[in-house]
Amino acid sequence: MSDAVHDRIRAIVTEHPVVLFMKGTAMFPQCGFSARAVSILEHYGVQPHTVDVLSDPEIRAGIKSYSDWPTVPQLYVNGVFVGGSDIMMEMAEAGEMEPLLAAAPAQRTA
Amino acid sequence: MPMAAADISAAIRAALPDARVEIEDLAGDGDHYRALVVSERFRGLSRVAQHKLVYESLGGRMGGELHALALVTRAP
Repeated sequence: MSDAVHDRIRAIVTEHPVVLFMKGTAMFPQCGFSARAVSILEHYGVQPHTVDVLSDPEIRAGIKSYSDWPTVPQLYVNGVFVGGSDIMMEMAEAGEMEPLLAAAPAQRTA
Repeated sequence: MPMAAADISAAIRAALPDARVEIEDLAGDGDHYRALVVSERFRGLSRVAQHKLVYESLGGRMGGELHALALVTRAP
């Protein structure tokens, strides 16, 4: 995997406090796991910066080696990999998601 | 080519011999599964590290051959 892709990913997760790499868009998710990830963030009023891996094959391949994680969606908060949709759901149920997101100066929904 | 539930279970138990593995075929199509994996190896590990152990046991098939595996992991 070329370092250029990892540099691109690093730039994205550094620039945006809450980033969701997903299949499709927040409005039109193309996968049930991605849809669930978006809805968890919406529950906390957070609008993530989303990256559609289906429209960017380079990122789609690179994101897996960047985090050493084989699947999408992938959530990053303040530049740190948090997990996929299962972990997001467990964290939400354990009350850990709210403080994590509160620490990120992300765009909020009205 | 989808993976059979028994193959998923066998792969996980090969890597984590003490594990209790429960697999549910969500859609009945042999392609969308949910797995509960309980192993002493998870104790003290972050959720990400726990899931990575399971993904490693599947030897790169996760995200390819095995498309949909919702995962819940914990120590006993």
